[in-house]
Amino acid sequence: MATEFAFPDSASKTDAASQEFQTEKMSLAMGPSHPSTHGVLRLQLELDGEIVTSCDPVLGYLHRGDEKIAENMTYNQFVPYTDRLDYLAPLASNVAYAIAVEKLAKLEVPARCQAIRVIVSELARISAHLLGLGAYGIDVGAWSVFLYAFEEREKLYKLFEELTGARFTTSYTRIGGVARDVPEGWTGRVEGFCEQFLPILEEILALLTRNKIFQDRTVGVGIISKEDAIAYGLTGPNLRGSGVGLDLRKDKPYSGYEQYEFDVPVGAKGDCYDRYLCRGEEMRQSVRIIRQAIKKFPAGAWYAEDAKKIFAPQKAKVLTSMEELINNFMIVTEGPQMAAGEVYFEGENPKGALGFYIVSKGGGVPWRMKIRSPSFCNLSILPKVCQGNLVSDVVSILGSLDFVMGECDR
Amino acid sequence: MAVIQVERKPLTFAERTYIPQIIGGLKTTLKHFFAPTVTLQYPEERPEIPKGYRGVPTLVKDPHGREKCVSCQLCEFVCPPKAIRITPGEIPAESSSVHVEKGPQAFDIDMLRCIYCGLCQEVCPEEAIFLQNQFSMSGYTRAEMVNNKARLYELGGTLPDQHFKWDKKKAAEEHGNAH
Ligand code: SF4
Ligand code: SF4
Repeated sequence: MATEFAFPDSASKTDAASQEFQTEKMSLAMGPSHPSTHGVLRLQLELDGEIVTSCDPVLGYLHRGDEKIAENMTYNQFVPYTDRLDYLAPLASNVAYAIAVEKLAKLEVPARCQAIRVIVSELARISAHLLGLGAYGIDVGAWSVFLYAFEEREKLYKLFEELTGARFTTSYTRIGGVARDVPEGWTGRVEGFCEQFLPILEEILALLTRNKIFQDRTVGVGIISKEDAIAYGLTGPNLRGSGVGLDLRKDKPYSGYEQYEFDVPVGAKGDCYDRYLCRGEEMRQSVRIIRQAIKKFPAGAWYAEDAKKIFAPQKAKVLTSMEELINNFMIVTEGPQMAAGEVYFEGENPKGALGFYIVSKGGGVPWRMKIRSPSFCNLSILPKVCQGNLVSDVVSILGSLDFVMGECDR
Repeated sequence: MAVIQVERKPLTFAERTYIPQIIGGLKTTLKHFFAPTVTLQYPEERPEIPKGYRGVPTLVKDPHGREKCVSCQLCEFVCPPKAIRITPGEIPAESSSVHVEKGPQAFDIDMLRCIYCGLCQEVCPEEAIFLQNQFSMSGYTRAEMVNNKARLYELGGTLPDQHFKWDKKKAAEEHGNAH
């Protein structure tokens, strides 16, 4: 009556010798709450001892349905949601979104507004890369980088707070302009930040760049070839790390990027170390752009004044003129008026190309909006690069890809 | 204006012994060890709040202590997470501001939903709702986190009029008999 319990596998392993030497593959769930997966990413790993034989990223833990939410609100109401895409660089996402909708409206914003947007995007890039570096340092075992990077980010947050009213969820842009003009003396303080930031950046990078321990963990690890990088649709520093010099700020300039002089750093080998080096260099270039933008910071309007059906009138007008009051009500309740049509716009965000594909049937609410998030596309290469690496290298590769889950899952 | 290749020089022999980096790292650490601290001893020390900060949304009264909100419900409409609930009400005939016609009977902002985006302040045609300096809110129950009208006015206080609605009102203000 008593039957011996047989493990499902054991029957197949008839050969005694192989039973002795062959180890079973282990499947391991890394995440969704693992410190090195930077958020709620789960990697379903299959391990042969320490070697990863397959890696399957499982996404969706942070899914909020942003694209559907967008269909139910006016274009301006969606701005706070773009903060929560790449929450490490909310300003850059705000800017990319606003430009996408403006492209739909065929609206040109004034030079001052463009310059403000360039400055905030680049500041956001610095802040995102600082966090990327700091977190990467922790991933591979260098704590102090994180602390020094955060000290700098705090200074940036102070600047953001002054400009937008919030440190983190900036919601700064509006369709046709920005939420408010730069405060008195703000550009001077940004200049001051850049001044003191460069030496500190060198100090931070010096802790890692020529560090043998850091190099042991990153050089030659997670190599992504040029062809693969293009085939998998990588963008941003991850693509440039593999030696492809694609930068939308250069190749399809928007918001006046064509006026600024800067270099696009690319890597030689496409390993984790190259991606790290690219991020470091990009911060230096961002400082260069900010300085140029501040130097020729244009005066004049900071929102498109003639776009009467798009940008809500200023308070002084709303409170003193009946027409403007009605216009304010119209823009708020009906949304900024767009023509029917389809538009796709990509901006060069810190993590890569953030794209918005908007289908409008006219009116102030998108009919459909698709968000192309760089982190999501960058992650698609994980199964390929992780295969055959050690488990500890997976941590190093993840950190070097520098993704953010708010944007992957949106 | 170009694509540049990031520099990667091989490590020298000395660098491969780990020693220069360890010494360099320690130097940096020591430098920061003696540098002034950058952290703030919150809550004893409070951060400086810049002008235009987006804190907890509040309702404000005008310098005469009168309700500014006319219950137009624009803020309720625009609020992306739908945190505001307004029940409009008539202004009683015996009130001195009966000509305003409408005012909020109830005005609730659910701080568990509010994302401090500031859109309500931006759209309000009466400058009645402002995000002010308070940045921390806590409570033990969900009900405590819903700010009702009385609480909103208590938090908001009085702000000077930034703009005068209609010139008529401004003239009246100057004559000291604004209503
Ligand atoms: S700040 Fe934003 S979320 Fe909060 S009540 Fe106002 S509109 Fe709603
Ligand atoms: S606070 Fe302003 S926007 Fe909201 S109902 Fe009152 S008047 Fe209208």
